[in-house]
Amino acid sequence: MNQYAALIPFFPLAGFVIIGLMNTKLPKNVAAILACGMLLISFCLSLGVFMNISGQSNEVQLAPWISVGSFSASFTFLLDPLSSIFLMIITGVGFLIHVYSVGYMHDDEKHNIFFAYLNLFVFFMLILVLASSYLLMFVGWEGVGLCSYLLIGFWFKNKSYNDAAKKAFVMNRIGDLGFLLGIILLFITFGSSDYHIIFPKAQGFMSGDGMITAITLLLFVGAIGKSAQIPLYTWLPDAMAGPTPVSALIHAATMVTAGIYMVARSGILYALAPVSMFVVALIGVVTAVFAASIALTQNDIKKVLAYSTVSQLGYMFLGLGVGAFSASVFHVMTHAFFKALLFLGAGSVIHGLAGEQDIRNMGGLRKKLPITFLTFLVATFAIAGIPPFSGFFSKDEILAHAFTSNKLFWVLGVIGSMMTAFYMFRLLFLTFYGTYRGNEHKVHAHESPKVMTIPLIILAILSTIGGFVGVPESLGGSSQISHFLDPVFKPAQDKMMLLEGSSSVSEVALMGITVAVVLASILLAWYLYISRKRVPAAEGARLPALQNLSYHKYYIDEIYTALITKPLDKLSEFFKNIVDNKLIDGIVNLSGKATEAVSDLMRFVQTGNVDFYLLAMVIGIACILFFKLM
Amino acid sequence: METIALLLILFAFAVMGLFVPIRYGNRFAFISSLIVFAYSLYLFLTFPISAEYQYVADYSWVQSLGIHFKVGIDGISILLVMLTTFLTPLIIFSVRKSEPRPRAFYSLILFMEMALIGVFVSMDGFLFYIFWEIALIPIYFICLLWGGKDRVKITLKFFIYTIAGSLFMLVALIYLYLHTPAQHSFDISALYAAGKSLDPHAQSILFWFFFLAFGIKMPVFPLHTWQPDTYTDAPTQGTMMLSGIMLKMGIYGLIRWMIPMLPQGLAQNAECMLWLAVAGIIYAGIIAFTQKDMKRLFAYSSIAHVGLIAAGIFAFNGQGLQGGIIQMLSHGINVVGLFFIIDIIQSRTGTRNIPSLGGIRLKAPYLATVFAIIMLGAIALPLTDGFPGEFLLISGVFKFNNIAGAVAGFTIIIGAVYMLRTYQNSMLGETSVETDNFTDLTMTEKTVLIPIVIMVILIGVWPNLFLKVSEPAIMKLLSGI
Repeated sequence: MNQYAALIPFFPLAGFVIIGLMNTKLPKNVAAILACGMLLISFCLSLGVFMNISGQSNEVQLAPWISVGSFSASFTFLLDPLSSIFLMIITGVGFLIHVYSVGYMHDDEKHNIFFAYLNLFVFFMLILVLASSYLLMFVGWEGVGLCSYLLIGFWFKNKSYNDAAKKAFVMNRIGDLGFLLGIILLFITFGSSDYHIIFPKAQGFMSGDGMITAITLLLFVGAIGKSAQIPLYTWLPDAMAGPTPVSALIHAATMVTAGIYMVARSGILYALAPVSMFVVALIGVVTAVFAASIALTQNDIKKVLAYSTVSQLGYMFLGLGVGAFSASVFHVMTHAFFKALLFLGAGSVIHGLAGEQDIRNMGGLRKKLPITFLTFLVATFAIAGIPPFSGFFSKDEILAHAFTSNKLFWVLGVIGSMMTAFYMFRLLFLTFYGTYRGNEHKVHAHESPKVMTIPLIILAILSTIGGFVGVPESLGGSSQISHFLDPVFKPAQDKMMLLEGSSSVSEVALMGITVAVVLASILLAWYLYISRKRVPAAEGARLPALQNLSYHKYYIDEIYTALITKPLDKLSEFFKNIVDNKLIDGIVNLSGKATEAVSDLMRFVQTGNVDFYLLAMVIGIACILFFKLM
Repeated sequence: METIALLLILFAFAVMGLFVPIRYGNRFAFISSLIVFAYSLYLFLTFPISAEYQYVADYSWVQSLGIHFKVGIDGISILLVMLTTFLTPLIIFSVRKSEPRPRAFYSLILFMEMALIGVFVSMDGFLFYIFWEIALIPIYFICLLWGGKDRVKITLKFFIYTIAGSLFMLVALIYLYLHTPAQHSFDISALYAAGKSLDPHAQSILFWFFFLAFGIKMPVFPLHTWQPDTYTDAPTQGTMMLSGIMLKMGIYGLIRWMIPMLPQGLAQNAECMLWLAVAGIIYAGIIAFTQKDMKRLFAYSSIAHVGLIAAGIFAFNGQGLQGGIIQMLSHGINVVGLFFIIDIIQSRTGTRNIPSLGGIRLKAPYLATVFAIIMLGAIALPLTDGFPGEFLLISGVFKFNNIAGAVAGFTIIIGAVYMLRTYQNSMLGETSVETDNFTDLTMTEKTVLIPIVIMVILIGVWPNLFLKVSEPAIMKLLSGI
């Protein structure tokens, strides 16, 4: 099995190379079938790995890569329960999104290159999770950054799309610097970046060791960039510039979860660094609430979902930070289902309305797009955390762990859930209920073709039942997923010496509170947007202060521009015009001028008068003799 | 013998090039350089993995002064020789219109190739100096006769600047020579021994003398002010020769001559030098943010890249040195590709001014893709040629000094900013008046760019192909100090 498993990433790579090189020479449907087919093969292989893994971990060595003295990194893959779950998510959800794209991108002139990019993206994502060393993980890590650049700026005629793409890449790079320095520190501390060397050695370190804390914090900087947490989250909402399937693939289901994967993979290191764990949990929970509060007032269907992604990622980090590794991975999985579904559903709406994205111009679409509506409804239930939809189990497990670790985290988490339910149902009501507010004559809303709706239906089924693999003991389940992941997280759990989990009674009580709060939120949304038929204010209207702040995303982008971008450009001009041209070159030219000045003086000596030369010579000789004799 | 053959063949071709019929000038030079490439490729492929010099030839030249014509190739030299012989045919082939006085132009390039190889294979201090200076002559004329409108002034500055630096090196070399045992010698091992026997203070002073020569050539901040003007004003092939190969002379000089001769000089000045280099990375990178002239922008980016190489070398550990070596290769390849792309853009649109460009990808997807790949190499994306070098260099610097390493690491962010800006403003968006009739790559242009793209990926995926060759020589160097 292992030898075949090593091929998993190379099918999408082959797809990329073939479609990329042939490009327009390939008929559209051939390119589409090729791209989907490659992913389907990868999915089948992943399924095989997943079925056979049963707690083992195997390494597959492919080739050496970089080596200098004792320092080396190779192309080696690691297959274990954690990577196998991610393989399933990436290839499974990825395949559905590919299929959906066949319909969505059908009329785009750059159809083929789109599929090439999608395949390349999946390749890098697979490298990321299959890597058996941090350095190889970094290959996938930066690779998905590149693909997001290519795909966000896919329609490259548009300047703001290009800006969004560049912003995504640069912000990711800021995080990547942290990650890279973390890797270097790992090399210095452990002499390697291979997991199988680092993790056993790490167990010998004391909890709270300074080096481990530094490493984990640096790695986390990388995760902040890739998984769009405060303060590096602003690229993700802008990244919605890309075609909608891209949003689903990169910015919901897979790429942004790389940070979660990395921290979970490094569980043992984080377990040894309580400070880092606290930082992870804190940034996670603050981001979860902060992003949710922005989502409350956004009017672009994709923007709402984008901020909700940032917020949900915050929950995952909260889970990691409080030591609930398997709960976080569980949430990655359920989130992949429902968030991909939400984005694809949004894409279906946009498709049906010929490009309209503003929910103020929607409404009443449930009759016109019934399948989209029903699946979107399922996803909304799932993300809001209504039992028994998938998001309920995963999010509540995270919150339960947060409660045992720090009550304040739990409170913030519940507030976040409340907001989540509100903005999601606000979105649902404004889009699908009420009456259509757009221009009826211009746009004939229509349901999407089967190639798009079937992936929606499959994802809806997964969003509904996906949570059952993680039903906690307190509700009579057996949390299969956490048992499945146990071999991976065992060493970390042992190191943390977690407080005894709260009794099942209080766990059920906590769930009750959350569900009650969520239902109240939904009722509020119902009251505002269904009963009162309220529609968000038009652009430019005055909003109450708090709402205004949320609508303008707390002006964070403007602050970054004013504090970082502009001053750097000014500094650039200062360096060039003043330091380089005036100061350094001034000194250089001055030495030239000085030489000229000296030679000007000396010129007076060269009079051409032979008598003067003779005189000078005599004086010279006299001087030499004089000094010789002295 | 093989080493001398390499030099002699090139010399012969350079002379013959003056007499071939004018219309065959380019073809003759191209084929000559290809032959040399084929020969050096053969040497590379059969090169034994060993720390010792191979293909050594030693003839007494000026007996009374102990000067020998001694040349040989070790694992470090072979890579730089390969870089030179790989790039030169591409540079020759990249000439688009018939230059005035074509035979002289091509002969000068071949002559320069010979001098550069001479620098990389010399095992005698005096010979090294001779080749070092000879290499300046052809590039001086190339810039002076075929350059842009300010060429006279700029070329003079460049010439004086580098000559001044070289003179310091000459003084230092003679000083070391006088400290070799009686019947003085310029032999590399004699000079190593002489340098090491000096007291730390003397070593430190000599160190600065050498640094002036090598630092100006690379150039390292703050000795760089000749470079942006010269790169901008030189003809494209001149810029390619300068940035792709010639600046490696300076880096090579550090590794081969300066540091092994003066280990105490390094010990005393490493910190200072390293910070200068690191400051240059950030400084030049930030300047590149707002440059409008594409050539000038890449000139500054080159200073930043070279700064990182210099920093890694001053850190003087396995990662830093090996990173420096492989980065020399990838920097040479990338920068030649980038300057050629500018040349293509300028020949089509008549401008290099970035704000007047845009939308080229709509008209020339092939060019845009090639540009993207080389750009990714330049910003060190993993699996492209920039990454192994940059990663090794940053870790080398980090090992030496954590803070300097972290600061040097900012290059990956800064580089991404100016490169992506340039790419966006030239390739993406809507077309402008200038780019409206842009045509995609011609066959000739593809011939130059495809080998570059292949190398960008080959070095990224299989850096060990090159790292393994230089490793024994580097380890020997490290253990010798």
